[in-house]
Amino acid sequence: MKVGEILTGKEGGKLFLLGNEAAVRGALEGGVSVVSTYPGTPSSEIGNVFYKIAQKAGVYFEFSSNEKVALEVSVAAAAAGLRSFVFMKHVGLNVAADSFVSTVYTGVCGGMIVLSADDPSMYSSQNEQDNRIMARLAGIPMLEPSNPQEVKDLMKYGFDLSEQFQIPILMRTTTRISHMRGIVKLGPVIRGKKKGFFEKNPSQFIVIPAYVVKMRKELIKKLIKIEQIANISPLNTTIDQGGSKLGIITGGGAFNYVMDVVTANDWKVKILKVTLSYPFPEKLVLNFIKSVDSILLAEEVEPVMEKEILAIIGKHNLNKRVYGKLDGTLPRIYEYNPDILFNGMAKVLNKVLPKKEWVFTKLPLPTRPAVLCPGCPHRATYFALKSAIKKLKLKEEEIIYSTDIGCYALGLEPPYKMGDYCISMGSSIGIGCGFSKATNQKVISFIGDSTFFHAGIPGLINAIHNKDKILLVVMDNRITGMTGGQPNPGVPVDGMGNPAPEVSIEEIARGVGAGLVKTIDPFNLKETEKVFKEALQFEGVEVIITKQPCAMITDAENRRKGISVKYIINQEECTKCMICVKNFTCPAIYVAKDGSININPLLCDGCGVCTQVCPKKAIEVKK
Amino acid sequence: MYSGMSQESNRGEKMRNTYKIYLIGVGGQGTVKASTIVGEAAMKKGLNVVMSEVHGMAQRGGTVVTELKFGEVHSPLIEEGAADLLIAFEPTEALRSLNKINRESLVIVNSAPIVPFTVSLGISEYPELSLVFEELKAKIKNLVVIDAQKVAKEAGNIISENMVLLGAAVATPNFPVDKELIIQSMKENLPPQSVEVNLRAFERGFEEVEN
Repeated sequence: MKVGEILTGKEGGKLFLLGNEAAVRGALEGGVSVVSTYPGTPSSEIGNVFYKIAQKAGVYFEFSSNEKVALEVSVAAAAAGLRSFVFMKHVGLNVAADSFVSTVYTGVCGGMIVLSADDPSMYSSQNEQDNRIMARLAGIPMLEPSNPQEVKDLMKYGFDLSEQFQIPILMRTTTRISHMRGIVKLGPVIRGKKKGFFEKNPSQFIVIPAYVVKMRKELIKKLIKIEQIANISPLNTTIDQGGSKLGIITGGGAFNYVMDVVTANDWKVKILKVTLSYPFPEKLVLNFIKSVDSILLAEEVEPVMEKEILAIIGKHNLNKRVYGKLDGTLPRIYEYNPDILFNGMAKVLNKVLPKKEWVFTKLPLPTRPAVLCPGCPHRATYFALKSAIKKLKLKEEEIIYSTDIGCYALGLEPPYKMGDYCISMGSSIGIGCGFSKATNQKVISFIGDSTFFHAGIPGLINAIHNKDKILLVVMDNRITGMTGGQPNPGVPVDGMGNPAPEVSIEEIARGVGAGLVKTIDPFNLKETEKVFKEALQFEGVEVIITKQPCAMITDAENRRKGISVKYIINQEECTKCMICVKNFTCPAIYVAKDGSININPLLCDGCGVCTQVCPKKAIEVKK
Repeated sequence: MYSGMSQESNRGEKMRNTYKIYLIGVGGQGTVKASTIVGEAAMKKGLNVVMSEVHGMAQRGGTVVTELKFGEVHSPLIEEGAADLLIAFEPTEALRSLNKINRESLVIVNSAPIVPFTVSLGISEYPELSLVFEELKAKIKNLVVIDAQKVAKEAGNIISENMVLLGAAVATPNFPVDKELIIQSMKENLPPQSVEVNLRAFERGFEEVEN
């Protein structure tokens, strides 16, 4: 399939879509006009697709500077009567939370969907928060799809529901739904309106106390009405496998595991799949509970529905046993899989667990941690900074490396070990400010270009105003790298693929009053080391911008131009000092069985930084 | 399906209703592309198919797993011991996935090793290759070993090793999708300029198993 088919695929046709791709198609079938995001895995591919097709689809799409701004862009569009779609990873909703919660109060005119992609097991995230709790915190109706077809269908349904009740809708996916591929039957694409019109109504759109007290009341009324819909909606269905002993209440990804286990083993249970899951359909659930002897909750991450069910049981004075996370039948943490569900259900149903017949190996297997790519400019930055620190004879324990969210966080790995603290987007600078006040240690903060625009600027302003001592290294690789390479405000292209003004990090740093501001090319190790030496001896806030495109950009350009440069090690010159292996640590450089050091031509990216690292100049271009 | 249990008790109907392929490799080897090609071809054949893939931080040089399930299935994750076919793009990665197979599973292994930087740094160990193959032979009944890197190189481009392994998989007895549909799906999923070399690699892989 070519990406364009997500737009051009005909009604009635089928595509093998990723959950994230299905979200795009669903938005298009729902007549979306405005789409915004800040990239974050597991939601990133939604943006990657819009980036490619928005122009043709006649949809406005942007990579906003952060999730809060992205949400606000979509909220305004919906206030102007357009259908809008904003999506982000789960922790992105924390960034957007201030506007998110109030948006539910003000409501919308055009339909609006906020998609939060949760990441159970934290494959690419800093925490495992369950945003079903965010739905409860904000009072926003929530949909939980179980597969790509449902993702697509629920987008369209969500827009309708949103417009009917003038309230935004939260679509909660998890990694296994966002990154699950399945067959999706297509409906017709509807062109959304190009422009809306904002009808002034301060009592709806201004959140001063006098107005919000009324909005709060309205919100509760809306939720009561939507709960009535949830009680009778075909989205919340009962699947009777021919037994009333055990009732399983489930939704989202967990539903799939339940189904696979139950069908494969022919277990007689009754299943309630909850898809329109907030407001929680109390009446429907109550009837389901009454119809079975005991209940098992199959839900990922927090015992959210389990507590709702215990409340319903308490309220109605029922005597039913509830199995789930709270009694240890199923694990409280990490994502589920069919084996976990099998074990939990087998316990409850008193089934004998099968004897495990599979085998394991006793051989040691190599570890493969995530690593900076060959040709990554961050490696050069770390190497030069490390050399500067060594030459100034600074002690490592006297330096605090405050790092941030992005590929460069991998600098915490050996041999660099330049990552001591990292909690959230943009935190490297605020954390640096705190350490600068709380200790006499030297603070070095790392932040990427996209992360700087996202949440770094307020930290920098704070550092300057409060006279902190921080060396801030902005690792400007001209892209939002970790999430797969999206443009950001620092590059000359926008989400529509149109030319856009480049926002200068250097000018921002100067503008807010940083004492020393320099931009350098980290591929020039000598010069970079020199600049770092100067910065390390400066007292105050220094901003060093190491500017060199991400290896993914360089690779793509080289492929287009047909350029392929590889390096080899001249074995006659090589003294096996191991500096390139142990201190520089490019994944392309390896020690062969005979002890010689070599460069893997499949991995070598041709950056040539290793030629500067080698004291014997034994690395040369392969002819 | 939970192997060792329902496969034992229900050998027959239920087993034939599903087919499960577990693919494991290292970031950059093209496991996701190969899997997507199979999935789309299965859809064309009219089979139900679901797939799980890995994106994001985990891709940077790490182990990459994709899982394909065909037939009466909902979730894209394969149960322990339940893979009908394991395709390992790297020999130690095959050993890493032994918990996914059973005595009847078919296993295709690329013999070309990828040694991570952790080994050169001395913080992890890559076992002697001969021991790896001995172990594979000892633990796996239906084993096919292919030097996909060498075959790909001979076919014209070393990076087509994923298509060599795909070709090998398609040639196995119970593979659920026909060769013609796979070829059609390859043409629709690969950049036009690389289709020819990839098809050559695919055919070479196919022959490796067929002969």
